[in-house]
Amino acid sequence: MVQTLNGNVPQGPIDKLWDEHRFNMKLVNPANKRKYKVIVVGTGLGGGAAAATLAQLGYQVECFSFHDTPRRAHSIAAQGGINAAKSYPGDGDSIYRLFYDTVKGGDYRSREANVYRLAQISNNIIDQCVALGVPFAREYSGYLANRSFGGAQVSRTFYARGQTGQQLLLGAYSALARQIALGQVNMHTRKELLDIVVIDNRCHGIVVRDLVTGAVERHSGDAVVMATGGYGNVFYLSTNAMNSNVSATWRAHKRGALFANPCYTQIHPTCIPVSGDYQSKLTLMSESLRNDGRVWVPKQAGDSRKPSDIPEGERDYYLERRYPSFGNLVPRDVASRAAKERCDAGFGVGDTGRAVLLDFASAIQRDGEDAIRARYGNLFQMYERITGDDPYKVPMRIYPAVHYTMGGLWVDYNLQSNVNGLFVLGEANFSDHGANRLGASALMQGLADGYFVIPYTLGNFLADVSPADRVADDASEFQAVEKDVNDRIEQMLSVGGKRTVDSFHRELGLTMWDKVGMARNEAGLKEAIATIKTLRDEFWSDVCVPGKANELNQELEKAGRVADFLEFGELLAYDALQRDESCGGHFREEHQTEEGEAKRNDDDYAYVAAWEFKGVGETPELHKEDLEFEYVQLKQRSYK
Amino acid sequence: MRLTLKIWRQAGPDQPGQLVDYQLDNANEHMSFLEMLDVLNQQLIEKGEDPVTFEHDCREGICGSCGFMINGLAHGQEKGTTVCQLHMRHFQDGDTVVLEPFRADAFPILKDLMVDRGGLDRIIEAGGFISARTGSAPDAHSVLVPKDDADRAFDAAACIGCGACVAACPNGSAMLFTSAKVTHLGSLPQGSPEHTQRVLRMVNTHDEMGFGACSNHGECE
Amino acid sequence: MSRALSFYRTSVGKKIVMAVTGFMLVGFVIGHMVGHLGMFAGKEAYNAYAAFLKSLGAGLWAARIGLLAALVLHVVSAIQVKRQSRTARSQDYAVKKNLETGLSARTMLYGGLLLLAFIGYHLAHFTLLVTGPGYSPTDAYGNMVAAFNVPAILAVYIVAMIMLGMHLYHGVWSMLQTLGVDFPELGALRYKLAPGIAAVTIIGYLSVPLAIAIGVIK
Ligand SMILES: Cc1cc2nc3c(=O)[nH]c(=O)nc-3n(C[C@H](O)[C@H](O)[C@H](O)COP(=O)(O)OP(=O)(O)OC[C@H]3O[C@@H](n4cnc5c(N)ncnc54)[C@H](O)[C@@H]3O)c2cc1C
Ligand code: HEM
Ligand code: HEM
Ligand code: SF4
Ligand code: F3S
Ligand code: FES
Repeated sequence: MVQTLNGNVPQGPIDKLWDEHRFNMKLVNPANKRKYKVIVVGTGLGGGAAAATLAQLGYQVECFSFHDTPRRAHSIAAQGGINAAKSYPGDGDSIYRLFYDTVKGGDYRSREANVYRLAQISNNIIDQCVALGVPFAREYSGYLANRSFGGAQVSRTFYARGQTGQQLLLGAYSALARQIALGQVNMHTRKELLDIVVIDNRCHGIVVRDLVTGAVERHSGDAVVMATGGYGNVFYLSTNAMNSNVSATWRAHKRGALFANPCYTQIHPTCIPVSGDYQSKLTLMSESLRNDGRVWVPKQAGDSRKPSDIPEGERDYYLERRYPSFGNLVPRDVASRAAKERCDAGFGVGDTGRAVLLDFASAIQRDGEDAIRARYGNLFQMYERITGDDPYKVPMRIYPAVHYTMGGLWVDYNLQSNVNGLFVLGEANFSDHGANRLGASALMQGLADGYFVIPYTLGNFLADVSPADRVADDASEFQAVEKDVNDRIEQMLSVGGKRTVDSFHRELGLTMWDKVGMARNEAGLKEAIATIKTLRDEFWSDVCVPGKANELNQELEKAGRVADFLEFGELLAYDALQRDESCGGHFREEHQTEEGEAKRNDDDYAYVAAWEFKGVGETPELHKEDLEFEYVQLKQRSYK
Repeated sequence: MRLTLKIWRQAGPDQPGQLVDYQLDNANEHMSFLEMLDVLNQQLIEKGEDPVTFEHDCREGICGSCGFMINGLAHGQEKGTTVCQLHMRHFQDGDTVVLEPFRADAFPILKDLMVDRGGLDRIIEAGGFISARTGSAPDAHSVLVPKDDADRAFDAAACIGCGACVAACPNGSAMLFTSAKVTHLGSLPQGSPEHTQRVLRMVNTHDEMGFGACSNHGECE
Repeated sequence: MSRALSFYRTSVGKKIVMAVTGFMLVGFVIGHMVGHLGMFAGKEAYNAYAAFLKSLGAGLWAARIGLLAALVLHVVSAIQVKRQSRTARSQDYAVKKNLETGLSARTMLYGGLLLLAFIGYHLAHFTLLVTGPGYSPTDAYGNMVAAFNVPAILAVYIVAMIMLGMHLYHGVWSMLQTLGVDFPELGALRYKLAPGIAAVTIIGYLSVPLAIAIGVIK
């Protein structure tokens, strides 16, 4: 049976919705605010901005992160930039255009009202970040600089060299640090959320493990805000940080929160290729490189000559060939699949044959080496540091890698999950990007959620809650969850098998990448589901987790995360199987246009698929939120 | 590539520690330094031994999680490169490599190569911010910032908080870290009103956390 | 006042005190050096210069007191700072390499203390005239010639001047850093400023004793 879901979007014209909604929401009496205890998990752009702002408003915030300091959240790694509809360059941008581009970029699988709000708020974000001292790039005039990013036809991306995420996060971190010093935020570092406590579909708190001592602790609050990032590491190799995980959202899912669109995963076209089976992660080379680099492979399959020895006439600039108008700047999913297509057909370069070339020779000839150095110096340096090759002389070798996950816990317009009192922000929710995220819009979403949405919508929720009714953290429900957590830890430690946690993770990743990666088909997905089930069973009978529970034990931490990936991977594949169309980052080989582009099926699949957990290995139950498009017209994307 | 690794093993904060020798036969030049340690750890686990604990996350040189001493140098011998970005092609077959945690009393050892750098957070909490309430900001273009100032601020703000400066400094001083933040915020017009207070409070906390004083040894850079 | 005190309590405050007092001391050291290069101008000229200094009376005392105060502050803050840094790393590295810092930077305190001892000896020697070969309070020139013909005294001065040079080699650079003076217009030359001053000081000071020892000045 399929349930329908309501996104709680207020009624009215889209450009007034958020303002009117803010006015209609209830307020918490300022004198009472300090009596409320809000739990925030995660200190990335979403969580960090939320914790700082909620604390400024006067709530008592308990903030958690498994990192040693809030500043290390994975948002730190974002390179390219953050979008906003400021239209400073005067090149025709507007809130409406940003909204339109984002819905279109998401291949018409997102909620219009959310995206519109995001575009509106984008401007406030830039103001706020500048006020906090974020050193965005500037022109000689002292005005902020903008660039075009990820195929956008206007320059709306603000950036701080190749370290935008770092600077934005440090801004949020500094605001958070101030609240920590003021005592408004109680910061719990090196504590990993291992479960949440839900009583009658209402979230009352969390259970965490102190990663230094191993102690398991219970924390209760009037609301829980989760901003724990994306699940890209289910593929083992991805551009995500090593410790990024699905555990927090997965545990919430197992306690009743719906997981939406897990199959929407984004593959980034320009990453440094895999070099061997010891590889632990993949490194992103910013998309901006495609502004000046030309992508090619040899015309002859298996050509093993050095790139410089291959004459111009024997090179296939396949993006320029296939997409004459966008050329090297086609969106990420299109560029990624085109690279895979060439490599699958045997044209790939390098030892593994799983790489294509990104060549700067003509840009260097045109603009000079110094100009290229000024634009990409730090990226070229990073490339050289990792590969030992000098990109000023030889073309870069690149290959697509998993980068971002659009799916996440289902939330309504207020960012509240279907579990009352559980709010989800940032990459951890599914909200704004539909089936594909445009470049420079994840940072925008994380900060929008944290700085400008949750402070209002959480207040509206808390206005109906009395701090006096808070469930004590030693209530029997809390103790029951704590026991579950301890039991699971004991279980992992007591398997006493032979295989390391990493070996399971790597194997899971290979299956996910081959069968549930850039291109998917029914048979492959079914195989993947079967493989994952087997692997999971093997994990629980043959994993080797050394050490003890009550100590700093990194293998135990990893084991818990991998165990969750082994359950979650199945849901991801299942969702991909169910979505019998291609859209954005989800490409089903059965559904493509003659040119090999994703072919949507708007009649049957214009909905959000939100899954309800029914038990490990059991078929999950589908809840549908229908997507209606009042403002944006559904079109087949074309980048020709 | 064969390596002899001498790694500092210490079970916990107040436990004694020592350098322990390990042989690794199957490293190769394409690995990153941490991938080399991953390989060692997999072997240790399979042999039933305790793997080496070290902190890491992004493995892209930006999060600041990783960091220990390699042959007496913080993050190893390559300038401007974190451990996670250091590659094995800079080592030779047969090398002996000594790994020690960052040492400073303000950075207590948690386990093996992992230390607690919370002292750096305390310094930021003391004043490393601009007090701007969310929502109170004027339009981003209302204050213009000369490009040179913005660039200077960025250069200072690029600090990743890894603590290598403290580890390398003969005095165990976190002055480079502290002054980076002071310079970042102080170079911007938004940051100047709080400048004096910020400096006093941050430096005070720096000293209280038990970091040494700077005597301009220049090891930290 | 309380603000100044609380600033002094920070390590940066002490460093600034050290740099400012260091600057005064450097000023004296250079002036003093230039003054006694007057030895090359002959007995009359130099003794006249010495007599002129003595005739300054109150001014001389003011300068002496100022210098003494600077020296005391310099030494006290140096010791306090060193104590803070000492306790910052109680367990040492098994292996530690340094890329930038050198012997002179790491021996500032001990070098400085030796300088202090030298200053004590030196005052006893030339100003109070209580040690060394018999002197005349009015013949500074002759005193100097007599002294540096004694090999042991000559050796003490040579060692002390090398210590001074080392102290300045790191000290002047450090002082400029602390005070935030960078001279970007000097380009790469600015890194030569401290070694330059150190070298000039050593050569300038030692030229006189050595000239006496080899008989150029008699
Ligand atoms: C290499 C790279 C480059 C990118 N570049 C761009 C770009 O140019 N522009 C753009 O818009 N987007 C970019 N993105 C995407 C963007 O960076 C992320 O989507 C966004 O930063 C996610 O922020 P977040 O706050 O949701 O989560 P994160 O920043 O991932 O934070 C997660 C937080 O949750 C905590 N946490 C997680 N699990 C637990 C748990 N179980 N218990 C306790 N705490 C937990 C972590 O400690 C951390 O604090 C990039 C991403 C990558 C990987
Ligand atoms: C070769 C090296 C030096 C020589 C030949 C030398 C010589 C002298 C002489 C002759 C006097 C006595 C002047 C007088 O009483 O009229 C004197 C005084 C003094 N010297 Fe030196 N000096 C040397 C180095 C130094 C150094 C390195 C220092 C300090 C660091 C120093 C500090 C002083 C002081 C403080 C006095 C006392 C000045 C006063 O009367 O107030 N000297 N020196
Ligand atoms: C003629 C006498 C002296 C001169 C000209 C002199 C000059 C200087 C200068 C310029 C500095 C640099 C200050 C800075 O770091 O910013 C310095 C530093 C120092 N001086 Fe002296 N000094 C003298 C005597 C002494 C004495 C007697 C001591 C004895 C303890 C001493 C101990 C130090 C120390 C430890 C430092 C290092 C400061 C640091 O940690 O940064 N100095 N000196
Ligand atoms: S200043 Fe210190 S903490 Fe910051 S990046 Fe440099 S070494 Fe790391
Ligand atoms: S090495 Fe240490 S002494 Fe100062 S210049 Fe750097 S902090
Ligand atoms: S692991 Fe992030 S900087 Fe090295």
